[in-house]
Amino acid sequence: MTAYIVRRLFATIPVMAVVAVFVFLLLRLAPGDPAALIAGDDATSADIAAIRMRLGLDQPIWTQFVIWLGNIAQGDLGVSIFSNLPVTTLIAQRLEPTLMLMLATLIVAVTLAIPLGVCAAWKARTWIDRLAMVISVLGFAVPVFLAGYVLIYIFSIQLRWLPVQGYTSLDNGLWPCIRSLILPAVALGTTYMALIARITRASMLDVLSQDYIRTANSKGLATKRVLLLHALKNAAVPIVTVIGIGIALLISGVVITETVFNIPGLGRLTVDAVLKRDYPIVQGLILVFAATKVLINLMIDLSYAFLDPRIRY
Amino acid sequence: MGNSVSLRSLLMGTAAVLMGVSAFLAAPAQAETVLRASMHADVRTLDPHWTTQTIAGIHGIMIYDTLFGIDDDLVPHPQMVGDYTISDDRKLYTMTLRDGLKWHDGTPVTTDDVIASLQRWGAKDQAGRAMMGYVTALEKVDAKTFKIVLSEPYGLVLDSLGKTGTMVPVIMREKDAKTEGNNQVTEAVGSGPFMMLKDQWVPGSKTVYAKNPNYVPRKEKAEGLSGGKVVKVDKVELLWIADSQTKMQALIAGEIDFLEQPSTDFIPILESTPGITVMNTGKVDSHWGTIRLNHLHPPFDNPAIRQAMYHLVNQEDFLQTIVGDPKYYKVCHSYITCGTPYADETGKDVIGKYDLKLAAEKMKAAGYKNEPIYVLAATDHHTITPASQVLLTAMREAGLNVNAVSIDWSSVVARRTKKEKPEDGGWNLFVTTSSGVSALNPALNTWLGAGCDKANIGWPCDPEMDKLRAEFAFAKTEDERKALAKKIQAKAIELVPYISFGQWTQPLAYRSDKLSGIVPVTGLPVFWSIEKKN
Repeated sequence: MTAYIVRRLFATIPVMAVVAVFVFLLLRLAPGDPAALIAGDDATSADIAAIRMRLGLDQPIWTQFVIWLGNIAQGDLGVSIFSNLPVTTLIAQRLEPTLMLMLATLIVAVTLAIPLGVCAAWKARTWIDRLAMVISVLGFAVPVFLAGYVLIYIFSIQLRWLPVQGYTSLDNGLWPCIRSLILPAVALGTTYMALIARITRASMLDVLSQDYIRTANSKGLATKRVLLLHALKNAAVPIVTVIGIGIALLISGVVITETVFNIPGLGRLTVDAVLKRDYPIVQGLILVFAATKVLINLMIDLSYAFLDPRIRY
Repeated sequence: MGNSVSLRSLLMGTAAVLMGVSAFLAAPAQAETVLRASMHADVRTLDPHWTTQTIAGIHGIMIYDTLFGIDDDLVPHPQMVGDYTISDDRKLYTMTLRDGLKWHDGTPVTTDDVIASLQRWGAKDQAGRAMMGYVTALEKVDAKTFKIVLSEPYGLVLDSLGKTGTMVPVIMREKDAKTEGNNQVTEAVGSGPFMMLKDQWVPGSKTVYAKNPNYVPRKEKAEGLSGGKVVKVDKVELLWIADSQTKMQALIAGEIDFLEQPSTDFIPILESTPGITVMNTGKVDSHWGTIRLNHLHPPFDNPAIRQAMYHLVNQEDFLQTIVGDPKYYKVCHSYITCGTPYADETGKDVIGKYDLKLAAEKMKAAGYKNEPIYVLAATDHHTITPASQVLLTAMREAGLNVNAVSIDWSSVVARRTKKEKPEDGGWNLFVTTSSGVSALNPALNTWLGAGCDKANIGWPCDPEMDKLRAEFAFAKTEDERKALAKKIQAKAIELVPYISFGQWTQPLAYRSDKLSGIVPVTGLPVFWSIEKKN
């Protein structure tokens, strides 16, 4: 197992290298120029050229790439073109809101989806199953921003129970933090809830038709015990896989949620940096996202061995 | 026994602590007043001389001060300056700083700081460059007095020093102002009414300012950027909320107090919400729209074809699309912001005549051979995108061969600087907007400049136009200036540096049940004089 983990960790290096090259080239080849944005309407060509020189954007692309790569090797993601702050500082400022939003979303999604999927499979082809699937389809169909606006209107404007926007840090207490995350987590969580519920239902239906389940039922075991201990555990591998994929998808999904609920997280940082062509931030963030995705995949793979003893690395 | 005594002591101790806590909670706390304002952009850079971004100017006037400030009627008044004199030949300005000016670190503001700041600003800002073109010396007399020596009697010195449009001529510490213009000043130590709390700065989200306890405001009433900048709240938080709907909901829910630029779609909702007031930001309309033509390449290198373009523009169509409510917009055929002293609508019968057929006929007669017209059409801007669509529709309806290059605004900004042929990565026209204060007079309005390679993007070339603009700057009397403004209007109609699609104002909205004393300022919101009820 240890050898497998080490092997997988080493395998991330070429993946990250490819990501680095792609990100760098895509950004440089995309239209747009931060120097022109900084210089403004009244700038002359000479003004823009001077700013480009100051930012090092007048250098050939390969020179810029080598400099950037050298800095990365030393753990330096660079400095924002606009704020002049280190990218690592900017990412650190935004990490907590995004992680907390992702965690809250997963809690909402998983706690709703698994019972929903299990019930749907257990009562397959009944009204309970159909209701569960209608809920899932709705979860998929309603865009996050629309769900967000509706939730804000009901719970923040009409009922005044929860804040419209913003994120309250854990430093200010657990409840204020949770309060600021309820609406965004529900808005974002419904999509993932739908995804996980459908996979849970499908996986459970497959397991429930197996002989050992029929045997367990024949032995007179309680339904609850059959469903949760015998069926759900054996149906867990695809469910965990989809939860893992969901975490990776969340990284991109938080962008809209962070915008609608004004949560100062990594998603907003990415969008703002792309629109401003703040290259060092975009490059740094995509590297961080890629590394996170690789790690999540590794963790999913490792979890299979715990869930299914037949799987060994 | 021992245990019971111990338990009693514990209970008594607990009770005492609880009583203490409840007494503390019951005591009237001196609550901090924090004004939360949602802005049109986030404070991303701390150097107002480094970029023309308006938000950098707003940050600048929070923490820095200016030598002069304009009032509601755009008249400059001394701000950091106490006394000043102008020589009879108008070539020598002698200014003395008023008493009590201190940097946030406690050191006094001196003329060394002023001179270094003017030099830095004068090298970067268009109005500053124009002024510094006639400045032969910035002389220090003593720690508080300095002289501005001019080669010619340039008439816009005080207007330039008090301007609100970016880049605002703020005064920095000498050591900051010595930073080369293309390098950012990363410190935020000013002498203005607010101090930035840099440790609480989250770029892209929040910038926090505290009241500067050592600031000595002027005695006069605050008006525009002039008068006493008396801060009446403890802190101001400038917030960046990207989504227009969320901003509006946050204001309605009372989570923010001040919304700088509510989306025009939501203004009726805000106007009808109890406790919220929507107000105009000053006497001058905040924006005007521009269709900029590229004079370097066909077909717009031909003045007759440029003039035919006037007939494609019905300002009402543009303004209805991007603003909607006529209360907030104005049809204006002047090259100077309508509603200001030098505005002149001479020729509006010609340039305001909307007739697509006539436009097509005139273009054909002038030699337009149906070559493609490359229009840089921004796809992600709340006003420029719909305005571009209105123009594209008119051009297509007129039968022109339009090649719409649909790209994001950042890409437009980059591509419009290119002088190459349109088919090789250049362009023929693009739509943009400017602030009303940037076109208060022909000298300030740099889009009117026709200095060929030295002109703004689009590169109009007409020495006569620049001569008239220079004469305007040297004019001695208002009558002389107005006469020159009229000539410049006529010249511009002939040259067509750009075509205006009207002007409008961007109101702000605020919680009037909590805030009072808002000072309307054209171009930049200010946060002094505002009181907040907790």
